[in-house]
Amino acid sequence: MKEIVVLDVSPLTGHCDGSASPAWWGTLAFMLIEGTGFALAIVIYLYLMSLAPMWPIGVGPPDLGAGTVMTLLLATSLIPNLLVSRWAKQRVTLKVRIGLIFMSFFGIAPLVVRIFEFPAMHIKWDHNAYGSVVWLLLGLHTTHILTDLVETLVLTCLMFTRHGDNPRRFGDVGDNAMYWNFVVAAWIPIYVCIYWVPRL
Amino acid sequence: MTVGSPERDTRDSRLTDSELQRQLAVTWGSAGGLWNALSNVDHKVIGRRYIVTAFVFLALGGVLSLAMRLQLSQPEARFIGPDRYNQIFTMHGTNMMFLFAVPVMEAMAVYLVPLMVGTRNIAFPRLNAFSYWMFLAGGILLWVAFAIDTGPDVGWFAYVPLAGPQYGTGKRADIWAQMITFTEISALAVSLELVVTILKQRAPGMALNRIPLFVWSILVTSFLVILAMPAIMIASTSLILDRLVGTHFFNPAEGGDVLLWQHLFWFFGHPEVYIIFLPAVGMVSTIIATFTQRPVFGYLAMVMALITTGVLAFGLWVHHMFVAGLPRLGASFFTASSMAIALPAGLQIFCWLATIWWGRPIFRTPFLFVLGFIFTFVIGGMTGVMVASVPFDTQVHDTYFVVAHFHYVLVGGALFPLLGAIYYWFPKFTGRMMSERLGKWVFGLIVLGFNLTFFPMHILGLQGMPRRIYTYQPEMPWGGLNMFISLSALILTTGFLLFFIDVIRSARHGKSAGANPWRASTLEWATPSPPPCYNFQRIPVVGDSTPVWTDCEVLTVASGLRVDRRELLITGVVDASPEARESSPDHSVWPFWTAIATALVLIWSIFTPWAVVWGAVPVATALTGWFWPKGKPEDES
Repeated sequence: MKEIVVLDVSPLTGHCDGSASPAWWGTLAFMLIEGTGFALAIVIYLYLMSLAPMWPIGVGPPDLGAGTVMTLLLATSLIPNLLVSRWAKQRVTLKVRIGLIFMSFFGIAPLVVRIFEFPAMHIKWDHNAYGSVVWLLLGLHTTHILTDLVETLVLTCLMFTRHGDNPRRFGDVGDNAMYWNFVVAAWIPIYVCIYWVPRL
Repeated sequence: MTVGSPERDTRDSRLTDSELQRQLAVTWGSAGGLWNALSNVDHKVIGRRYIVTAFVFLALGGVLSLAMRLQLSQPEARFIGPDRYNQIFTMHGTNMMFLFAVPVMEAMAVYLVPLMVGTRNIAFPRLNAFSYWMFLAGGILLWVAFAIDTGPDVGWFAYVPLAGPQYGTGKRADIWAQMITFTEISALAVSLELVVTILKQRAPGMALNRIPLFVWSILVTSFLVILAMPAIMIASTSLILDRLVGTHFFNPAEGGDVLLWQHLFWFFGHPEVYIIFLPAVGMVSTIIATFTQRPVFGYLAMVMALITTGVLAFGLWVHHMFVAGLPRLGASFFTASSMAIALPAGLQIFCWLATIWWGRPIFRTPFLFVLGFIFTFVIGGMTGVMVASVPFDTQVHDTYFVVAHFHYVLVGGALFPLLGAIYYWFPKFTGRMMSERLGKWVFGLIVLGFNLTFFPMHILGLQGMPRRIYTYQPEMPWGGLNMFISLSALILTTGFLLFFIDVIRSARHGKSAGANPWRASTLEWATPSPPPCYNFQRIPVVGDSTPVWTDCEVLTVASGLRVDRRELLITGVVDASPEARESSPDHSVWPFWTAIATALVLIWSIFTPWAVVWGAVPVATALTGWFWPKGKPEDES
């Protein structure tokens, strides 16, 4: 076929950020997949609850302490996360590096709190269906914290190498920050479900 | 580097066609050898591998069905024992659904969508390569397990408590559950790539109302996968946890519930039918447009029907559970929704008929398969409306009537269009035509063989023959029809054998196809057959929904892309206006290693939960290798 050039794309940038970029949409699609997973896990919780003559089965409601600390911690982490995201948009290498180190700590700290959350359920996964589903919910969320932590650690290392000062990396940092927002947002319904629904 | 940067000489603007093709081939191509084959991320190479592998699984699944037909051809036959038979019907269903039907539809999309939207590679091409290796590993896991007598024997739906720790001893059900993980990871990855490719990589000017109907069908299907597959992943994970570490999700004695499994399974399982059917609908629309030489009647209605089907697909799952004992109101709701989905399906049928009516049909093999599809699918759809009624379903649910119904829907509704699509796009895949003479034989034998095999199953079902039985007594009035069905299956098999012979023969000796042998309207036909590694030497610019029909000799294109790195165009979601020149990741062997590491973890975790902990290390390492920048031009910005 004969080709006729009707459009010159050379003035366009050689990379795109934010909602223009495929990576942003890919992260969104991942969040949709995982959000559906979380929603279904909560549905399982509510379904089993609707069948049980008493809920929680065989134990009292979980202790509020560790879960509430977790909620506050995750909510607090949003501030440095938003700052990192903003600095990444502004492409300020030094601030992004420092911010990522902060965010690495904010990835590790919830894991420490999580160690205290499991015993606060007063039940193990193999005791009954209530135990199974709360461990599933906590386990699922822990996996997400861990995944994001590993990604943040790798990105932090990357930002200190010669590959760091690159708009593409700043885009990665922005997408990683968006994913952390999702990890925090996903926790809220899980927290309400695990800690407050049994108290209703 | 941005506007006005000094790399202007590396743009395609000043190059002659031959020089441009040479440079693009260097940038996008891959050398031979095993290492390069393992590293390749070209969507056409991956798509071809997917299609071939899926058809191998189709052939294997077909052999299983022949084994079943041999066993059932006469009463009290002794060819296969009950235990092996349970494995065989489970393997047949599992294999056909998870290793053939869903992957082959996604495979066609992996190959075709980037070409149809006018881009150079799929979004996230390394994820695409990873998804193929995961799919292959899942298939090998299932079939090796079957070969060593550990094949799943709990039905393709793996209902608890049969699949639970109490009754499903050994590792058979675990193999099923973990195979699910493999194929779902693969399907989810492909769907994500396709969604982003369709939303962000369309040729400039391909606004939402100019997207080919096949691409629309794939977009809706991909969203169905994204929203439905997490249900089966949660379900199969819970099942593995019940079996491996003693959780009680499905154990009523400890507050669990067996119906929970059915809800989770069918919340995925029903959309699964549409995940298979909607791409087929897209293929039918494409083939009808080409072989009537006019756009499909009612474009907007067709797109709306696709979306409506996608939404309604999530409101039907309970109709698979009518005999499980549900509240009456629930049953009535799901009866109504099951009947409602016939509306968008019917609307599409009428649009196709109108297109054929107004067009000038050319009766070549792809079009014949479409006619076979319409005839067969309408029968399957009508028995579907019948079983949507609770009293009728209660009578026939566990009989061969339902076996007949879903084969009419799946084979008639998806496999026939797929075979038509293979005949239609084979010239694009290989540069060669398939045989028209053999094609007509293939069509005749398969459509006739199929109807002779499966129609009598309706009657057997109404006569009360239960499904999933390995034999029956001579006193039952089923022997004659069963023998007839088994003999008819041989006609069907002959048709498939002929199809495979035609494929292999035509790939080597078929008539040369040229770029657009069918005079079709979509962009994949605006590039040579088979397409070069860079798909298009210049990205097309689209002015309407039938760009190749607008002017058969001329293609409007964009220039200004770099040729020294793998560059493509990113465009707006709604109007496909150009937004950026973006690089596409280079070939890499890391997706292969990541798939190996992930496969090891998944298989190991059938035996111990610690596999997840220790196995995470190699997976994380491989992923880091995958994403770590290598300082190539693709990393520039």
